[in-house]
Amino acid sequence: MKKITLEVNGKKVSKEVPDHTVLSVFLREVLNLTGTHVGCDTSQCGACVVHADGKSIKSCTALAADLDGSKVTTIEGLVSNGKMHPMQEAFKKLHGLQCGFCTPGMVMSAIDLLKHKKNPSDKEIRDWLEGNICRCTGYQNIVAAVKEAATKM
Amino acid sequence: MKTFNYHSTKDVKEATKLASSSSAFLAGGMTTIPSMKLGLASYKDIIDIKRIKKLSGIKVSAKSVTIGAITKHTEVANSKEIKKAIPSLAVLAEGIGDPQVRNRGTIGGSIANNDPSADYPSACIALNATIHTNSRKISADKFFVGMFETALKKGELIEAVEFQVPEKSCYQKYPNPASRYAIVGVYVAKHKSGVNVGVTGAKSCVYNEKNIASALSKSFSSSAVDNVKISSSGMNSDIHASGEYRANMVKIFAKKAVDAC
Repeated sequence: MKKITLEVNGKKVSKEVPDHTVLSVFLREVLNLTGTHVGCDTSQCGACVVHADGKSIKSCTALAADLDGSKVTTIEGLVSNGKMHPMQEAFKKLHGLQCGFCTPGMVMSAIDLLKHKKNPSDKEIRDWLEGNICRCTGYQNIVAAVKEAATKM
Repeated sequence: MKTFNYHSTKDVKEATKLASSSSAFLAGGMTTIPSMKLGLASYKDIIDIKRIKKLSGIKVSAKSVTIGAITKHTEVANSKEIKKAIPSLAVLAEGIGDPQVRNRGTIGGSIANNDPSADYPSACIALNATIHTNSRKISADKFFVGMFETALKKGELIEAVEFQVPEKSCYQKYPNPASRYAIVGVYVAKHKSGVNVGVTGAKSCVYNEKNIASALSKSFSSSAVDNVKISSSGMNSDIHASGEYRANMVKIFAKKAVDAC
């Protein structure tokens, strides 16, 4: 067991967890933050993307113990004063989702993109979302939503 | 995933002291963690080396680029100094996996794993790399021994990878559309002493395609590759591509690389 302390969505949490606990399990099963989804569980699908110390990572492939002391932001941490994040608004407005399973990862990954590139092209958006798989939308509306969010952020 | 004891280490001595026949060093974990989840590997001790400062960073001189073992792909891809000294190396790093993999995955982890389709091993072969470990220096042509196999001894830790700055170089790959691993990847580098052609994805282990390299050493142009015959014997053959197809792609991607140099 390891005692770890993380800042998750602005709140400090200290928990004792088995050494092999991955971050996605820690978030979902220990903190009940089930907005972070687990699809493939082997870092291919991107449903589990969260931010750790400002960078997007796949939470299914990072040990919670390894992130001791880090600041983590999940999809639940994006709402401020009851208002959705501009990226969430854009996904809603432009139908950037159907079943919604991949959406938390898509949103977290796309926000990281806009930190690097303020006005990305379609190709840059598609390249960046390489590690986020959606089986419903065909990606068109996801790309449109990221472009829309870029004008609001 | 089977349980293990997790150790976060602060220096190389501490990390190597903990190593045993049932331990693994953990850097980015991009292969180690999925392998453990899939039951392909299990360890008693996981020795995290991510907090060892000495193992991180990029040093560039006129002759060489030295990258610390735990330097992440994204750091290599975005390094202004590397883009200037060996632009093809930054391009290679930018093409690994996806942004989240590049945010965690490391150069040391990639070459220690020696996946037959990984990108970095081809750079090591093409750029006459020297692998610095905690106990010795190993040249790339002796480092990559076979499929997922290297010259590293149990408990030996990669500290840095030193690449020779070439006159010209280019990496071209045909990525698997899902994983971005190379179905075939060819890294051509022209040095004063001759040309190297590091090929990944095609065989069970990265190799220097000597027939193409010697043709290019005589005349560095894509047409020099036209008459080189590449045998499909020993080439990987799977649902993605047959051995014959890969043999042909080695030639085509070598030509593409030369043209883009």
